[in-house]
Amino acid sequence: MASVTLQGVRKSYADVGVIHDVNLEIDDGEFVVFVGPSGCGKSTLLRMIAGLEDITGGEISIGDTVVNEVAPSKRGVAMVFQTYALYPHMTVYNNMAFGLKQARLPEPDIDRRVRAAAEALHITEYLDRTPKALSGGQRQRVAIGRAIVREPEVFLFDEPLSNLDAALRVNTRLEIARLHQRLGATMIYVTHDQVEAMTLADKIVVLRDGRIEQVGSPIELYENPQNAFVAQFIGSPKMNFLPAETLAKDTLKALGVTARPGTMVGIRPEHFRTTAAAKALVSATLELVENLGEYALVHLLTEAGKEIIVKMDSPPKQAAGEVIHLTADKASLHRFDQDTGARIS
Amino acid sequence: MNQKTIFARFIRPSLAWGVAILFFFPIFWMVFTSFKTDADAVKPEYLFLFTPTFENYVNMTENYDYWRFAVNSVITSVFATVLTLVVGVPAAYAMAFDPGRHTKDILVWMLSTKMLPAAAVLYPMTFLTKNFLGIFDTHFLIIIVLSLINLPIVIWMLFTYFKEIPKEIIEAGKMDGVNIWGEIKDIVLPLAWGGLASTALLCFIFCWNEAYWTVRLTTTEAATLSKLIEGNRAPEGLFFGRLSAVSTAAVGPIVVLGWFCQKQLVRGLTFGAVK
Ligand SMILES: Nc1ncnc2c1ncn2[C@@H]1O[C@H](COP(=O)(O)OP(=O)(O)OP(=O)(O)O)[C@@H](O)[C@H]1O
Ligand SMILES: [Mg+2]
Repeated sequence: MASVTLQGVRKSYADVGVIHDVNLEIDDGEFVVFVGPSGCGKSTLLRMIAGLEDITGGEISIGDTVVNEVAPSKRGVAMVFQTYALYPHMTVYNNMAFGLKQARLPEPDIDRRVRAAAEALHITEYLDRTPKALSGGQRQRVAIGRAIVREPEVFLFDEPLSNLDAALRVNTRLEIARLHQRLGATMIYVTHDQVEAMTLADKIVVLRDGRIEQVGSPIELYENPQNAFVAQFIGSPKMNFLPAETLAKDTLKALGVTARPGTMVGIRPEHFRTTAAAKALVSATLELVENLGEYALVHLLTEAGKEIIVKMDSPPKQAAGEVIHLTADKASLHRFDQDTGARIS
Repeated sequence: MNQKTIFARFIRPSLAWGVAILFFFPIFWMVFTSFKTDADAVKPEYLFLFTPTFENYVNMTENYDYWRFAVNSVITSVFATVLTLVVGVPAAYAMAFDPGRHTKDILVWMLSTKMLPAAAVLYPMTFLTKNFLGIFDTHFLIIIVLSLINLPIVIWMLFTYFKEIPKEIIEAGKMDGVNIWGEIKDIVLPLAWGGLASTALLCFIFCWNEAYWTVRLTTTEAATLSKLIEGNRAPEGLFFGRLSAVSTAAVGPIVVLGWFCQKQLVRGLTFGAVK
C-alpha cells in the first residue's frame, strides 16, 4: 500500500502547458477521483503518475520514492484503460499472466493469482477465449483482472466505464467500489461523470485547464464549492445561478442574506421550494416539465430572462405560462463573485 | 430492366473479362510459344497448329544453366528480403511508436528516392562496384542493392501496419514491464503478422522481378533469372521459342507463389485497405 504525492507537477507539450503546478496528497488506501471537463488534463495527470508521460516539472512520489525516473512497471501501479487495451492475440489467461511472466514470477504463483482474480471477477469460464470473443463488460473485467493480478499498491483507472451501457455501468461501478473495500489499495480514477465521482470517491479533485480548482470529499464539494465552476460541475442537474439584482430584496433581507450587486447567487435545483408571492425569492414562468416519476424537473424562465431548473417531488399544479413563486433556505444559497467566480462567505 | 441492372449484369462483367484477357493474353502467348521450336515460332502457318515440343526446356536446362540462375535468384531474393525486413522492422517500429518532429518528412523523403531515375546512378554504381570496391557480380552486391531498392516501400508498408495497432496496447505492455524486444516480439509482430507476411511476400516478388540492376551489375557469378532472359534476347527475334521457355521458367515460380498467397498479396498491395 502506498500514498501518492504530487509536488509542483507540470506538463507541457512543446511549448504548450497542459498541467500547471499541481500539488496533491493522496493517502494510502484512499479512493481519489479526478473530474473535470474534456481536455482539462485528467488523463495526462493520471498517465504521468503511471509513467506513460514524461514529467516536465515537479515531483511525483509513490510511498517514499520519487518516481519521476522510474519505469512504469517498477512503480507498483497498474492501469485500466478506457479502451481496455487487452492483447488481442492472447487468451484471457495470458492477458492476465503476461505482466507476471515479465516479472519472472514462478509459474505456480502466476497460475494461482490469475485463477483467484478470474474467480473474483467471474471470468473463469472465459480464461481460454481471446478478447474478440467477449462482450464489452467481460473485456472490462479482464482489464481489471489484469490490474489485480499484479497486486499493485496503486490502481489507476482512466474512464473505465465510459464504453459500457448504462445498466452495466452501474454494476461495474459497484464492483469497483467493492474491489476497493476488499483490497484497500490506493485508487485513482478519472471520469467526467459526476455521479461516478460522487458515489465512488473518498476525495474528489476538480480540474480545469490543467489546474486544481478544489479538492475535498464529495459532500464538501456539494455543500461548500469554493467557486462557481466547482458548484456547477458537482451536482445534477446543475446549480442555478441568479444575479443578486434579480432576486427579491425583501426576501433576501428576511433570510438575512446580504448580496451586493455584482454577486451571483447559486441555488441547487433540489433546494428550491414553492411559496406565496409575498415570500418569493424569485418568481418565474413555467415552461416545461420533465416528469421522471420519482421526481420532476421543472424548467422555468425568470422575469429577468434567466432559465432555471427546479427539482420537485411531484409535478406542479400550474400549467405552462403560469408563474411559480420560489424560495430556498439560507443555508442553500451560495454566493459567488460575478467576475472571478470565487465564493463569498 | 433499368440502367443499373443492365450495367451490373452485362457491361460490368464484359469489361472485367476484357481487361482480364488483355492482361492475361501475353502470358498465355508466352507459355504457348515456349512449346514451339524457334523455327515454328515465327511461321504464320503454325500460329495455332503446331507439334508441341519440350525441346526448349530441355535445351534450357542442359545448355543454358537454368538451375544456376534460378538458384542465384532464390539466394538473392531470400537474403535481400530478410535483410530488408531486419532493417525495416525496427525503422518502421520507431517511426510508428516513437515519432519525432521530422518522422513524416523522413518517410516522404524515403519515398522520393524511388522517383530518382535509376539510370542516373548507373555509371557511379558500376564504377564503384567494379573498380573501387571489387564486389561487382557478387551475391553480396545484389542482395545489398535489392534491399536498398525495396527498403523505402517496405518501411512505408510496415509503418502503416504498425500504425493500426492501438497505442494503448503498447502502453499496456509498458505497464506490464515488457522491454523493447519483448514488445516487438510478443506484441507488435503477432499483431502485425498479416501485414508483415504481405510485406515480405511483396518484397520477395519485387526482388525476384528486378531486372535493371541485376542485369547490369552481374555477368555470371551472381546472375539471376532476369539476366538469363536478357541473355536469350536476340534483337532479330530469331529465338522466340527459346526466349519464351526461359521467360516461362523464370516467372513460373513467382506466379505459383502468388497464386497461393493471393490474399496476402492483395492486402499488401492495397496497404491493408481490403481485409
Ligand atoms: N500528445 C499531445 N500533444 C499535444 N497536446 C496534447 C497531447 N496529449 C494531450 N494534449 C492536450 O493536453 C490537454 C489535456 O488532455 P487530456 O487527454 O489529459 O484531457 P482529459 O481531461 O483526459 O480529457 P477527456 O475527458 O476528453 O479525456 C488537452 O488540451 C490536449 O489537447
Ligand atoms: Mg481523458
